[in-house]
Amino acid sequence: MSIDHVVDVSRLQFAVTALYHFLFVPLTLGMTWLLVIMEATYVMTGKQVYQDMTRFWGKLFGINFALGVTTGITMEFQFGTNWAYYSHYVGDIFGAPLAIEGLMAFFLESTFIGLFFFGWDRLSRRQHLLVTVLMAVGSNLSALWILIANGWMQNPVGAEFSYHTMRMEMTDFWAVVFNPDAQAKFVHTVSAGYVTGAMFVLSISSWYLLRGRDIEFAGKSFRIAAAFGFASVCSVIVLGDESGYTVGEAQQTKLAAMEAMWHTEPAPAPFNVLAWPNEATMQNDWQLQVPWLMGLIGTRSLSQQIPGIHDIIAVNRARIVSGAQAVTALARLRQQRDDAVALARFNAHKADLGFGLLLKKYTDDVSTATPAMIDAAARDTIPKVAPMFWSFRLMVALGMAMLTLFGLALWASVKGDFARRPRLLKAALYCLPMPWLACEVGWFVAEYGRQPWTIYGVLPTHLSVSTLSVESLYGSLAGFIGFYTVLLCVEMYLMVRFARQGPGSLGTGRYAGDSASLHLAH
Amino acid sequence: MLEYATLKLIWWGLVGVLLIGFAIMDGHDMGVGTLLPFVGRDDVERRVIINTVGPHWDGNQVWFITAGGAIFAAWPLVYATAFSGFYWAMLAVLWALFFRPVGFDYRSKIHHPRWRQLWDWGLFIGGAVPPLIFGVAFGNLLQGVPFYFRPDLVSVYQGSFWALLNPFALLCGVVSSAMVTAHGAIYLMHRTEGEIQRRAGRWLNACLAVAALAFTVAGLWLARSIDGYVITSAVAANALPDPLAKEVSREAGAWLANYQRWPWLCGLPLLAYLGWLVTAGLARAGRTFAGFWTSALALGGVIATAGASMFPFIMPSSTHPASSLTVWDSASSQLTLGLMLAATVIFMPLIIVYTRWAYRVMAGKVTADYIREHSHSAY
Repeated sequence: MSIDHVVDVSRLQFAVTALYHFLFVPLTLGMTWLLVIMEATYVMTGKQVYQDMTRFWGKLFGINFALGVTTGITMEFQFGTNWAYYSHYVGDIFGAPLAIEGLMAFFLESTFIGLFFFGWDRLSRRQHLLVTVLMAVGSNLSALWILIANGWMQNPVGAEFSYHTMRMEMTDFWAVVFNPDAQAKFVHTVSAGYVTGAMFVLSISSWYLLRGRDIEFAGKSFRIAAAFGFASVCSVIVLGDESGYTVGEAQQTKLAAMEAMWHTEPAPAPFNVLAWPNEATMQNDWQLQVPWLMGLIGTRSLSQQIPGIHDIIAVNRARIVSGAQAVTALARLRQQRDDAVALARFNAHKADLGFGLLLKKYTDDVSTATPAMIDAAARDTIPKVAPMFWSFRLMVALGMAMLTLFGLALWASVKGDFARRPRLLKAALYCLPMPWLACEVGWFVAEYGRQPWTIYGVLPTHLSVSTLSVESLYGSLAGFIGFYTVLLCVEMYLMVRFARQGPGSLGTGRYAGDSASLHLAH
Repeated sequence: MLEYATLKLIWWGLVGVLLIGFAIMDGHDMGVGTLLPFVGRDDVERRVIINTVGPHWDGNQVWFITAGGAIFAAWPLVYATAFSGFYWAMLAVLWALFFRPVGFDYRSKIHHPRWRQLWDWGLFIGGAVPPLIFGVAFGNLLQGVPFYFRPDLVSVYQGSFWALLNPFALLCGVVSSAMVTAHGAIYLMHRTEGEIQRRAGRWLNACLAVAALAFTVAGLWLARSIDGYVITSAVAANALPDPLAKEVSREAGAWLANYQRWPWLCGLPLLAYLGWLVTAGLARAGRTFAGFWTSALALGGVIATAGASMFPFIMPSSTHPASSLTVWDSASSQLTLGLMLAATVIFMPLIIVYTRWAYRVMAGKVTADYIREHSHSAY
């Protein structure tokens, strides 16, 4: 049973490192465009305050970006260190977007971020704006390629298994790139990043306004954040992942789990606003439903059914039985490549190979799997319902709260009286953690919801790990948690310190609490 | 589309190019990080040193990230086997690298001497540890690494972290550290003046001497007493990759076979010596820009020497030689290799063009006056 332990600790380490990384990424995605907007306004109007805004918010952006880079380094290599079999099995497809991300996006972003910070007095205004735009394009392109890779994990299109090389191989690159899951995820995720950036600027500006300092600077920042944030939060909600849910089977399973739909309901299905999912009895102890709503959101039709958990398990059970045939035939083929009987059997059941591999959790020789093992493997194909159900609801609730806040903030900016609305400003300040929470929960829904697979229907999570010892894994997990936590504390300290000091930290002499005048005082 | 064998060969070359690019670009800022606590005596001097690479270290680090991604895409089995096998060595590299982004960005944001000293040593670790470990890793690859594949191609690594730190591998680590630090020193000479430049010059000479000496000893050691590996079955260069389909034996002197077969390959180690020699001369003559590029040639010479000695092996297995990974049986599919080649051919020239532009914008000496004038915005 130690292999289960290795899998659990490996998953925990991946979750910890990815969730830490994802604390910094959304803010980067959003801030780059906010900086573009501020600097473009500076170039168009020539007003100094917009350059100061670009530089000050850029300074905070830099503090965040440093940890984004730090935690990002791990992500590029962790597939190899901790998910070796995964890397071998799907590297032919999954590695390509990662490498292209480096070539197309990271170089762009990282080269121009240096000029963004240090090029102010060496570049013309337009050149510097171009640098900022290229930095923003780079960071958003990196999101595109990593979500293409992630989208393929959810919906593995454009690839086929080869028994010669014992791995998945790419057959259609453009199918991988234009995977509808990947596209839906990209739009949803970058929009969530834009909301994060907007909330960051809105909250901190509100704090200055509440204290009555740097009014012009904070007011202009508030307006930009309110408008950008409102547009982005609408985009997150309208173009949410939900539109992609009916596309692939993985998403159907995820949908059933996060909506706690145990049974297939007649179309259009009702929506469970609240429910108490019971994993043991496989039903909801109680539920509060709105008729029709789920069917409308999920399928955009009145007649299409959405499969419930029991039906999905039944379908998957049949696929496991068929997949076991493929696994046995494959083992034979690996010993005897020209065994025509084995090849015929393998080809007949190839589509279910991944499902057959689910049995490896229970027995090495899947041909001897008992009905009880098959039942257990079929039950495994559904992630735990309650965590999915509640985290999804938390994410949506946070989205709705932010929609309300940005709506009010935009309305107040249009009327121009936001500086005199302390309650709105306070709300904006206290809502600061919301987008981060929503992003982390969103990551959880997407990735936990794909379990028990790393690649849906292709490769189970428990086969994906490296052959490492549990001791090594505990050691590295402790190291990552220790390192990241210390660095996060340092980052928070600097962020709070510079946010408190405000634009005075630029040392221009134009703002409250200016560093230059503080120095003279010393 | 290109023939499969040709693509496999091209990708062996491209991974080499990416590693050399990494050594040249990230190498010089790692060298600068290594020298930081020794060459910079006070805070202003250290800020001068840091700001010579301040605008560029992040872009340079992408060479490392991209080399990792390219190995994943082009050699998935190598990515999987090497990084999981060298688990703790890899983590040591990653954790050392953690100090760089935060070290660069956070160091000068607080005026406290203790705070700044702490990050200076962080930048030292981030600069010194990765080249050392990469050298040690190459030293182990040259000796063969204890691993095998199960029939379903699950790789099982049988060694420990401490076994990686054997004398020959450590010697290779010295070569790598010394050449990268020398590369940082010549860059620092180019971007600074006065006392810092003079001190960097002394470090340059010392590192070049150590690099050349260690490279020579390692070469002799390799030639005399380290067994190489040979594929004894027919080489199926065009076949679908299967690392279990060949026979391999371990033979004394096998790592010299390529030089006997293609004598022009001897130019690679010579390039390293020549590069270092000319770098020393150019630095003395004050022609530091040319010196940077001759040092870069030397880095290329050393890395290419290691690669050429082992060709077609990438990661030989010492315990199960038949499981060894080679150029022919570690590659991804023909489609992926072709596609990645296209992506590289399109983007690499663009990257070089805008990187060059970024360096030109920031060109010139970094001085103490620059730091004083930009004390709020500089690192």
